[in-house]
Amino acid sequence: MIAALRADLEIARRGYARYAAYPVATLAGLFTNTLFGFMRGFVLLALFEQRSEIGGYDAAATLTYTWLTQALIATVFIWGWLDLAIRIRSGDIVTDLVRPIHPLRAALANDLGRSAYHAVFRGVPVLLVGALMFDLIAPAGPLEWFAFFVSAALAVVVSFAFRFLYNIPAFWLLDFRGIAVLAMILSSLFSGFVIPIAFFPDWLAAIAHATPFPAMVQIPIDIFVGAVRGPQIAVALAVQAAWAAGLLLLCRVCFALGVRRLVVQGG
Amino acid sequence: MGELLDGIRLYGRLVAARVRAQLQYRTSFALDLAGNFFISFLDFAAILVIFSNVPQLGGWSVAEVALLYGMSNLAFALTDFAVGELDQFPQQIRDGTFDQVLIRPRGTLFQVVTGNFQLRRLGKALQALLILGYALTALPIEWTVDRLLVFALAVPAGTVIFCSVWVVAICIVFWAVDGREAANAFTYGGQFFTQFPINIYDRWLRRFLAYAVPLAFVAYFPALYVLHKSDPLGLPAWLGLLSPLVALAAAVAAGAVWGGAVRHYRSAGG
Repeated sequence: MIAALRADLEIARRGYARYAAYPVATLAGLFTNTLFGFMRGFVLLALFEQRSEIGGYDAAATLTYTWLTQALIATVFIWGWLDLAIRIRSGDIVTDLVRPIHPLRAALANDLGRSAYHAVFRGVPVLLVGALMFDLIAPAGPLEWFAFFVSAALAVVVSFAFRFLYNIPAFWLLDFRGIAVLAMILSSLFSGFVIPIAFFPDWLAAIAHATPFPAMVQIPIDIFVGAVRGPQIAVALAVQAAWAAGLLLLCRVCFALGVRRLVVQGG
Repeated sequence: MGELLDGIRLYGRLVAARVRAQLQYRTSFALDLAGNFFISFLDFAAILVIFSNVPQLGGWSVAEVALLYGMSNLAFALTDFAVGELDQFPQQIRDGTFDQVLIRPRGTLFQVVTGNFQLRRLGKALQALLILGYALTALPIEWTVDRLLVFALAVPAGTVIFCSVWVVAICIVFWAVDGREAANAFTYGGQFFTQFPINIYDRWLRRFLAYAVPLAFVAYFPALYVLHKSDPLGLPAWLGLLSPLVALAAAVAAGAVWGGAVRHYRSAGG
């Protein structure tokens, strides 16, 4: 048990180190996330020339939302992740299979290490720029701050499980990009990354809430800006935890099915 | 002249070869094409969600924004088709395989952008055309010769402007190979920036992305001209006529930047 946890920690460190090794890439990403933060912020602010609040979000909450989403892009890893699919196609996955740690667990530990790096170096600076340039709002108290951090960590796990899941079809499909693209589209809209779900018409919001996607972006942000508060916070965290557990279980089952199909050419 | 024709012929053969290759995996290609088609609709869904909350944005109606969106995204889709391979270019610098490009008897940029064509990128163009069709039927545009001309030239000019921006932006990897994500701020950032009326952005952001990087000439100024709409920023209407000239200047500048960057190239020894 202890040995396994130490192995997890070591793998997480490698995940961290992999991204820490490229500071220029971090700077470039920061530049892009920040510029998009300004653009998206001004677009959404234009709505508040005519409205004072939309679905519980006022201008300050919306700006805070915008900069938080930009800070979460790298941390939660909203855009594509095809590492697993590439390993399946190349056959490298066999080396993962012979290791004493399940590939799902190893990949999760790795991703948590990665997200720790991105949270500190791609998340915090973006949020700081936003806070310096605009009047953003902060969580109401220490409890809300704590809940936000827990929620953000759960968001990473849900996002990871979802990414792992859409990589698994590579066991069956030689070219897996199509499914990954569809997955990315769905997650970016329904996670509330593009527009807050509070702005959606009711029917679209209902669809979004039936999916795991809000657990990746919208829930931590709702906790941060106070759109979810009090006992509702506990409910929101429980929803995230349930999605994380459910998706990880699904990953495990689908991965096992895929491995049964796996044929690797000599070597 | 013979050289130009030869170049065009070679371009056609390279495109045809790539297309044949991509049609080998049909299921995946169909999903990919559908994905590109739908991803753009979700993109537009975001705009519809905005307009479900407000009747207009910065003085622009949903149909007017759809016009901006259609023009900008059609130009973007054509750009992605023509030079989208630049996305993979940093890998050539990293691996040092750009050396091979340098010793072949063709232009370096020509070789890089013809490295691979993704037919699925046309899914995006199709969607942009549909949105454009909606905008044109919903808007009461009085077509005159000059407006028709401005409209017809806007998309090719916008494509050239976008292509130039892509080329200049990706040149960052000649100096910092890990810096490729900064290029996204101008490529995908440019796509985002141009699909909204530029008067909603703050002044410094506008100076930077609309005029210094001439993104306002992709859709905003031509659309104002076609709509016969007075500029909320108070700028003159004839700016809409300038897009082709701006495109030409951008292309020349991009060629110069690329040439300078290639001279700066130091091989990783691939």
